[in-house]
Amino acid sequence: MTFTPQKLSTKALELKANQIREDVIRMLVEAGSGHSAGPLDLADIFTALYFDVLKHDPKNPNWDERDVLILSNGHCVPVQYATMAEAGYFDKKELLTLRKFGSRLQGHPERERLPGLETTSGPLGSGLSQASGMALSMRMDKEKERRIYVIMGDGEQDEGNVWEAAMFASKYKLSNITAITDRNNIQIDGPTEQVMPLEDLKAKWEAFGWHVLEIDGNNIEMCIDACAMAKAIIEKPTMIIAHTVPGMGVDFMEYDFHWHGVAPKPEEAKKALAELRSLGGKIRSEAD
Amino acid sequence: MTVPIIKDISAKDIASEPIRAGFGRGLKKAGELDARVVAACADLTDSTKIADFAKAFPDRYIEIGVAEQNLVTVGSGLAAMGKIPFVSSYAAFEPGRCWEQIRTTICLNNRPVKLIGSHAGLYTGADGATHQMLEDLALMRVLPNMVVLAPGDSVEAEKATLAMAKDRRPNYMRVTREATPIFTTADTPFEIGTAYVLEEGEDVTVIATGTMTYQALLTVDMLYKHGIDVEVVHVPTIKPLDADTILKSVQKTKHVVTVEEAQINGGLGGAIAELLGEHYPVPIKRMGMHDHFGESGTPEELLDYFGLTAKDIVKTVQTLLAKG
Ligand SMILES: [Mg+2]
Repeated sequence: MTFTPQKLSTKALELKANQIREDVIRMLVEAGSGHSAGPLDLADIFTALYFDVLKHDPKNPNWDERDVLILSNGHCVPVQYATMAEAGYFDKKELLTLRKFGSRLQGHPERERLPGLETTSGPLGSGLSQASGMALSMRMDKEKERRIYVIMGDGEQDEGNVWEAAMFASKYKLSNITAITDRNNIQIDGPTEQVMPLEDLKAKWEAFGWHVLEIDGNNIEMCIDACAMAKAIIEKPTMIIAHTVPGMGVDFMEYDFHWHGVAPKPEEAKKALAELRSLGGKIRSEAD
Repeated sequence: MTVPIIKDISAKDIASEPIRAGFGRGLKKAGELDARVVAACADLTDSTKIADFAKAFPDRYIEIGVAEQNLVTVGSGLAAMGKIPFVSSYAAFEPGRCWEQIRTTICLNNRPVKLIGSHAGLYTGADGATHQMLEDLALMRVLPNMVVLAPGDSVEAEKATLAMAKDRRPNYMRVTREATPIFTTADTPFEIGTAYVLEEGEDVTVIATGTMTYQALLTVDMLYKHGIDVEVVHVPTIKPLDADTILKSVQKTKHVVTVEEAQINGGLGGAIAELLGEHYPVPIKRMGMHDHFGESGTPEELLDYFGLTAKDIVKTVQTLLAKG
């Protein structure tokens, strides 16, 4: 069986990303808790992945030829839920059950609760290791057509486990892994470079034996191109450092680390939605 | 009903072998039986006995280096793709170093990774307290979905390894470094989740796991001389605990001593006390490590010092029964 998604224009993808941002805000305000900045800034990357890059089938989440997407920074899962609903994995109405009792949309992703999630995450630093095990297994089975994508936070790269995995994937030349770092420069306690400096991040990954690409992570075309480029690198795994604006799309959240781990209050959500609907006055988003 | 074990438990020339050697044989056999079996190790391939498998199946052997967090989490990824990964290190490091990864990426994620913690218990000997893992049973027992095994000898460890390869749940098995007596035979049954009555008795139930079951068996003749008829129950599966077998025995004898080479808090002693406290409270004494670390020495010196020899069990049984 094969599944071929229809390719969308860049403009259509941008509208999708905006719709996903609106859904993220609605979900968070309804939940009353959760993370805002990361899910908003990851909307463009998730749009690029689910609507262009990934080989997947929303109606058959366990399709055995699918690419695998691991969300290592599980706290950003609202953007994944919103994107999955937009892609047709489940009805959008379910988005408003985020973080509520009995919901498949747990506060942090749980694989066994929702088809389409590839792993359970939240505690940071373990996504790349799991991706490496998966990629190595695919190598053993001579599965050449599938890829593993891993989304990682920048703050989570304080974790030693990340660098254990970095060495491992490099040792086994796991070029079937594309990792994407959401380089939004913030974590809970403040700017990353104050909490625990990560720079020179590119040099670090290169020193660990990775091919590194740097992109504007809020530019969907660049995300798609970088993922295509990563596929062409067969000597080593690829890390895409995606520079993003934390809280992207909502003016009063952008660049402010205080929005890392909190949800908007109803008044703030109203303001955020009004801004997103007009995309800062630039374009009209699709009607609800 | 008892199960068959060797005839002469107190024979001076009883065969002995490290439990980890049985794991090594079992793993190689499991690899021959099922191509999905793979093995990963954190720079301890020889001493955790993965070497034979690695030699036989070099393409299915993964060297992780000294990185236990990565070891178990790569294991989770391998299991996600349908492999049956055995991952091994010293128990002090795995599960000791990587409990959260085991909790989240293996247990909550429900991936059937097979964790082997070698050099567990006082039998680690000269290496000292840092390497004598005594908390592994407690650490693994509290995790939902996890199966916890502590085979009594190398022959049983081989069977346990083959059973793990077929089990669809996350498993942890502790194995030991130094040679210990072999008291089971090829005919002794082993199933995950079953406890075995090795000796029937009326007066007291000694419940033991791992290497301590041999010490418990040695008490049968010793206690008989004191007029005490002991029942010995071997518990190679700490979780899920075989409550039926244990309760049936205790309802008969009404006195219990537990013995393990691990912290009694949360270990076998903890598990049995929880079970009996809720279902059939009777006088109980728990033998094992009492909120204490080990130290360097020979296994014999350490078992003697920490009161875990057959003689110590006899004394404990006598004290328990004297109280009525
Ligand atoms: Mg960040």
